[in-house]
Amino acid sequence: MIEHDIVVIGGGPAGMAAAVAAYDSGAHDVCILEREETLGGILKQCIHNGFGLHKLGRELTGPEYAAVYAEKVAERGIRVYTETMVTNLSPERVVTAQSTKGILKIKAKAVVLSMGCRERPRGALNTAGTRPAGVYSAGTAQKLMNCEGYLVGKRVVILGSGDIGLIMARRMSLEGAKVEAVCELMPYSGGLKRNIVQCLEDFNIPLYLSTTVAEIHGKDRVEGVTVAKVDENRNILESTKRYIPCDTLLLSVGLIPENELTKSAGITMDRVTGGALVDENRETETAGIFACGNVLQVHDLVDYVSDEAEIAGRGAANFVLRGKRCGQTIKTKAGSGVRYVLPQRVNADEEEEVALFLRVTQPFSKVKYTVSSGDRVLMTAMRLKAAPGEMEKLILKPEKFKSAASEITVSLEVMQ
Amino acid sequence: MTKEMTCIICPRGCALKVEVDGGKITVTGNSCKKGFQYALEECTNPTRTVTSSVRVENREDTMVSVKTAKPIPKEKIFEVMQKIREKSVCAPVRIGDVIIKDVFGTDIIATKNII
Repeated sequence: MIEHDIVVIGGGPAGMAAAVAAYDSGAHDVCILEREETLGGILKQCIHNGFGLHKLGRELTGPEYAAVYAEKVAERGIRVYTETMVTNLSPERVVTAQSTKGILKIKAKAVVLSMGCRERPRGALNTAGTRPAGVYSAGTAQKLMNCEGYLVGKRVVILGSGDIGLIMARRMSLEGAKVEAVCELMPYSGGLKRNIVQCLEDFNIPLYLSTTVAEIHGKDRVEGVTVAKVDENRNILESTKRYIPCDTLLLSVGLIPENELTKSAGITMDRVTGGALVDENRETETAGIFACGNVLQVHDLVDYVSDEAEIAGRGAANFVLRGKRCGQTIKTKAGSGVRYVLPQRVNADEEEEVALFLRVTQPFSKVKYTVSSGDRVLMTAMRLKAAPGEMEKLILKPEKFKSAASEITVSLEVMQ
Repeated sequence: MTKEMTCIICPRGCALKVEVDGGKITVTGNSCKKGFQYALEECTNPTRTVTSSVRVENREDTMVSVKTAKPIPKEKIFEVMQKIREKSVCAPVRIGDVIIKDVFGTDIIATKNII
């Protein structure tokens, strides 16, 4: 068995930033386990620009953003095990991995989970019809296109208007494919506004809201899809069914945090985020195991993934250098209009301010967030708009949560 | 003439209202100076950064991602794409290497290291 102070599982943007932050906080014996041949994770296939504006103050493409962090990892001499796939994690922090050299067993003083997420597949949708070739998740099509140079189709319908779907609508158009439609089940898009403008409007691609793919047609290859409007309960309206000929259907219908290892270690999960329950240092309820990035909660921007990973990296370093924290914790709860709040608990003895991240249940304009404990209001914040696709951040000063009882609730009300 | 648009400079996506009165352009709804600049350019000379990837001849199933070093006029996007599509390179390639020189006033540069 090998020993390392900190083992980071996954070498994408979260893993790299966590490892660097842990190192810079004084825990120098940190390593990254990465299942692919190189660091970078999903950024390697995100060749479009728009990354790094917040974090690095300049606009980069995905591979460039990844390279900035890969360089930081290399400069510090952080050990990276590539082509190494973790197959098990025990609550005692023994990591088992399959590598090109055989089975690795690593005993860690702290573990950072940064495995990212995967796409929701067709099988999760129960879409009627045949099972022809030509149905891809948007990210798979993106990898084939950008990393291997293979255009998956010429005439495309995209289901789901999340950012990956929008980015792929543009990418396929640029490569000469005709994108017939982007269909969105919800009455609003889950993607960033700027992507609707520069990916759809620039290329005259129609976005149909409250619309889904009712049926897939074709024997060997997709020949077309039936799309239909849905009512407020998301039931298909038969009279609105229409046929769109196409050879490809791309699915951009949500991301699922890849938490098999987390669950096998018996770590308590949050049913809403799909990730572990964590405190303000991103420590799970299993001591010494931290989580960050898309495996913890699906983020909108990689910049925020890096921020969160730095919190987890510092937390892991403090755990190794100073040991476990014991003391009272305060639970955080989502109130009306709020889908979830992360972290789900805050240590009452925390000396630094705590950022509460949250997502709302539906789009609103002119809202007031209230953070309260029992009848007492700890803080309020106004925003001009709120959307489920845009994560909100509220900063809570230590004196505020220290005065709280055992629970803090964040709720939202619409202002007139 | 009044035009409504969404600023695409950053993910905030401000809703801009642009009023063009003869030669005078007024912008409201922007949260920063960049939004004003964007609205101005979007009305006079809209530009976009184009990103794509180019085949690496001496590596199996490998593409190197590329971008225009500066934004190019929006109406030239497909011409730029055609030039990128016709191009291939040999590894090693470093981030920032010029892949195609002088395309509508800028260069196409690599955004990935291929060792």
